[in-house]
Amino acid sequence: MQERVRDAGGPAGLKVIGTRPVRPDGVDKVTGRAKFGADYNLPGQLVGRVLRSPHPHARIKRVDTSKAAGLPGVKAIVTRDDFADQASEFVPAGEMLINYRDLVRNVMAREKALYEGHAVAAVAATSASIAKEALKLIEVEYEVLPHVLDVDEAMQPNAPLLHEDMITAGVEPAPKRPSNIAKRVEFALGDVEKGFAEADVVIEREFRTKPVHQGYLEPHACLATVAEDGQSDLWVTTQGHWIVRAHCARLLGWDISRIRVTATEIGGGFGGKTVVYLEPVALALSAKAKRPVKMVMSREEVFRASGPTSGASMRVKIGARKDGRITAAEALLNYQAGAFQGSPVGPGAMCAFAPYDLANVKAVGFDVVTNRPKVAAYRAPGAPISEYAVECVVDELADALRLDPIDFRLKNAAREGTKAAYGPKFGPIGLVESLEAAKTHPHWSAPLGPNQGRGVASGFWFNIGGETTVQLQLNEDGTFNLVAGTPDIGGLRASLCMMAAEELGVDVSHIRPLIADTASLGYNFLTGGSRSTFAGGMAVVEAARQVIGQACARAAKLWELPAEAVTFEDGMVKPAGGNAGKHQPLSLGDIGRLAGKTGGPVVGNASITAHGAAPSFGTHIADVEVDPETGRVGIIRYTVIQDAGRAVHPGYVEGQYQGGAAQGIGWALNEEYVYGEDGRLQNPGFLDYRIPVASDLPMIDTVIVEVPNPRHPYGVRGVGETPIVPPHGGHRQCARERHRPSLHRVADVAAQGACRHRKGASQRRQEAENQGLSAKCALGECWWGLWPDSALGLTTRS
Amino acid sequence: MAKHHIAFTVNGDPVEALCETQQTLLDVLRDELELTGTKEGCGTGDCGACSVLVDGRLVCSCLMLGIEASGKSVETIEGMGRGEELHPLQRKFLEHAALQCGICTPGFLVAAKSLLDRNPDPTETEVRYWLAGNLCRCTGYDKIVRAVMDAAAEMRRA
Repeated sequence: MQERVRDAGGPAGLKVIGTRPVRPDGVDKVTGRAKFGADYNLPGQLVGRVLRSPHPHARIKRVDTSKAAGLPGVKAIVTRDDFADQASEFVPAGEMLINYRDLVRNVMAREKALYEGHAVAAVAATSASIAKEALKLIEVEYEVLPHVLDVDEAMQPNAPLLHEDMITAGVEPAPKRPSNIAKRVEFALGDVEKGFAEADVVIEREFRTKPVHQGYLEPHACLATVAEDGQSDLWVTTQGHWIVRAHCARLLGWDISRIRVTATEIGGGFGGKTVVYLEPVALALSAKAKRPVKMVMSREEVFRASGPTSGASMRVKIGARKDGRITAAEALLNYQAGAFQGSPVGPGAMCAFAPYDLANVKAVGFDVVTNRPKVAAYRAPGAPISEYAVECVVDELADALRLDPIDFRLKNAAREGTKAAYGPKFGPIGLVESLEAAKTHPHWSAPLGPNQGRGVASGFWFNIGGETTVQLQLNEDGTFNLVAGTPDIGGLRASLCMMAAEELGVDVSHIRPLIADTASLGYNFLTGGSRSTFAGGMAVVEAARQVIGQACARAAKLWELPAEAVTFEDGMVKPAGGNAGKHQPLSLGDIGRLAGKTGGPVVGNASITAHGAAPSFGTHIADVEVDPETGRVGIIRYTVIQDAGRAVHPGYVEGQYQGGAAQGIGWALNEEYVYGEDGRLQNPGFLDYRIPVASDLPMIDTVIVEVPNPRHPYGVRGVGETPIVPPHGGHRQCARERHRPSLHRVADVAAQGACRHRKGASQRRQEAENQGLSAKCALGECWWGLWPDSALGLTTRS
Repeated sequence: MAKHHIAFTVNGDPVEALCETQQTLLDVLRDELELTGTKEGCGTGDCGACSVLVDGRLVCSCLMLGIEASGKSVETIEGMGRGEELHPLQRKFLEHAALQCGICTPGFLVAAKSLLDRNPDPTETEVRYWLAGNLCRCTGYDKIVRAVMDAAAEMRRA
C-alpha cells in the first residue's frame, strides 16, 4: 500500500511533478543495453589485477617484481614506488573528508599493509590468466605486526599502533603519546548536568554495532587509456566522475585537463563509490604499458578492500521528567574508521539527537583507526549507528514513563524553529507530520498475533546541495537534450526531465537526458548526500527559465516588440498585454527552427552551488514474529513514513524508502563482517555475508509526507538516505552477543516483547535488567531475539 | 594453453567461440560474444545477476563452464523482447519502477520469465522464493514482486 499525505500549500497546477512516467533510461536497463562499469572494452586492452596483503598489519620491507615482469604477456607493473607521497590535506568527498596522504596509501600500501586485502602491487597483462600468474611471481617481504580490529581495544593505551605518529586532534592539551584515536569531536548545547538533575527518570545504556558493507551489486570497475602525450580517458562506475578526476590527477601528479572521465551506468553505490581504489592504478598501468587497461574487482575484493561503514561502541544517557519532557541527553560514540582516519563519527554525533528538541544535549565522538579496510560513506553515514542507540533509550524511557512511544516522541519532537544540537535552527520540517501519520496509520493499531511484536523509530538526515551544472539544449523541432553531470543511480534522469518538462510545458518524453563526461560539461560534485534531485532540480529549473527567456527574446525580435511584451504560457511564446492576439503564438519548435536566424542556438546553462538543502525526517513501524522454537525472526509488516518535501516521481521516492528500509533490515538481521583471530575476513561473499533476499521481506508500505522545502522551486528535499536510519541495524549485535548461549531464552524474551507498548513493559524491563541487558532495540524489544544466519536458504530451482 | 572451440545457440542464433578451459559461460557471453547484458555480481552463484536459461533451465552462468554450453541453447536478456515489443515482464518492470540502478534487472527478468514459463499464476510467496536467488540492493523487492505478479496477470489474460 502506497499513499501520500499532501500539504495544502505548494505550487498549484503541477502537470508533470507527482506523476509516474517511465524513466528515460528504463528500456536500456530492461533489455541489457545499459553499459555498466565492466561493460566497456577497447581494442588491445590489457587486464589489470591487484596483489593484496594477506596480513592485517605488516611492515612491507621489500617488493620484488622482477620475476613477474619477465613473464611473457606482462606489460606493466606498479607498486608504491609509482605513486609520489602526498602531504596531509583534507578535501571534501561527498559526505566524508579525504586526506590525500592517506588516500595514496590506501590505493597502494606504502610503509605498511594496514588490513587484509590492502593493495600492494598491480599488474597489467594480455590475459586474465597471465595477470593472475604474474601476481604469484611478485615477491613481498612482510614483517608481520600485531593487529587490532575492535574499536574499544584499539583505544587502549597498549594497543598495536597503526600510525606511529598519530596524535589525537581536538583534545586540549594535545596528548604527548600517539594512539589509534585520530580525533575527538563534540556537539553540545545547554548544560547536561543540570538537565539530568531535573530528570525524574534517567536511563543510560551501552551499545555496539559491527561494520557492514554497502553491498552494491556491481563491483568496482574501470577502463583506462593513456596516450603517449599523456591524454587520458577513464570509464568508471562512480558516484562522481569529477571527484574521480580530481583524485587521480592529484595522486598521479597530472594536470586535471589531461584526464577525461566518463561515468558509466552505475550498479549501486550507497556512498561506497565516492572514493577511488582501482582508478589511479589503472591509469598508472596504462601510462606504463601504453595500452588500455581494464580492471574489475572480484566480489571478494569488494568486501576485503572497499567500503564498509564503521562499527561502533556507544553509551547513551537520556533523562526525562514525569510529564514526558526530555531534560538532558548525552552520547559517547566511538566509531571505527578502518585503517585510516575519517569515520563518520562527526555526522553520527550531529545526527544522534537531531529528531528531538533538547535544551541540554552533548554528543562526543572519537574517530578510531583499526586494521580493517578504510570505511567509506554508506547511506546517511554515521547516522543509523548513533540514532539507533538513541532511539533504543528513547523507547525505554517511554516505557518507564508509561507513555505511548509515538506520543513520547511527539512531546519532544524537533519542529520548525528548534535549535539542533549541531548548531542550526530547523526551518519547516516534517517530523511531527511523520509521527502523526504513523499514529493514525492502520498499521499502528492493527492487532498482533502470538510471538509478534511491533516497534517504531524515527530518523533524520541533513541532505546537502553543492556544485551542479546542467545544460538544456533546444533542438530544431522543439525537443530538448538535458545534459547533467551527476551519475543517475536510481531514477535521477527521470526526475530532472520531469522538472524540465514542468517548466517548459513540453511532454517529458521530448526531453532526452545524458550524463556527460568531465570534459563536456562544467563541474559537478558527486551524487551523494541525497543532493542530486534537489540540486540538479534547482539547476534544471534555472536552465529552463533561461531557455524560456531566450525564446521570448527571439520572438520579440521576430515580432519587433520589446522583450517584456512577450510571454510564455503552456509551452507557447505569445505576444502579451496590448499586443495580445496580434501575432500567431510560436511553439518552442518554431523558436528552435528559427534559432539560427534570431541569434544562434537556444541553450540554457546553469552552473550553481545549490544552497538550501533541507533535512528529511521519517518514522518507521515494524512488526516482527519470533519462532519460539528456533528464535528466527521474520518481518511480517513494515511501513515507512517520510517527508519528501515534494515527491517529483513518487515511484522512485517510494523505491528509496523501501530500499533504505531493506538495507537497514539487513544490517539488523543478517549482515556483519566476521573476522578470524588472524585478522582475516571470513565472509567475503554473498553466501556468508547475507543481504536480504526477496523471501526475507514483506511488502514495504510507504507514506510520502510532503512538507515543502521553501528553498527549492518545487519544494524538493533529498530522500535517499533517511530511510536507512530508523531500521537500526546494531541491535542485532546486542541480541546476539548477549543471548547466544540460550536460544530459547531469546525467544522467550522476544515473545514477551510482543505488544510491548500495550502491557507488561515494566516487567520485561525488569527482566531485561536482571539479565544484564544493556540495550534495547528501537523497533521493539521483540528484536532482542534476532538470531543471525537466518534459517532461510536460497530457493531451490528446477 | 590451447583454446577450445565451442558452438551453441544464443537467443536462437548459432554462435561459435574460442575459450579457455576455465572460462565460465558468463565470461564467454560477455568477453567473447560481447553480450554484456548478463552481469557478474559475485562470480560464486550467490547473486543471480548472471541468470540465463540453458536448454530452458535457469542457471547462474558464472557457475557453468563455457565449454559445457557446447551444443546447447542459451537464452539471455538480449533475447527477451518479442521483435520490436518488450516482453510483458520488461514493460511491467518499467511501469512499476521496479528497478533503480538496474544492474540486477537482467537477472531478475530472466529468472522471472523462467518462473512464469512454469507457473503462470504464482502467489506472492512463490514469487519471493523463486526470486530469492537474485539479489537486489536498491528496491527492497516490493516493486519487483508487484511487477512480476502484474505481468503474470496480464499474460494470463492475453
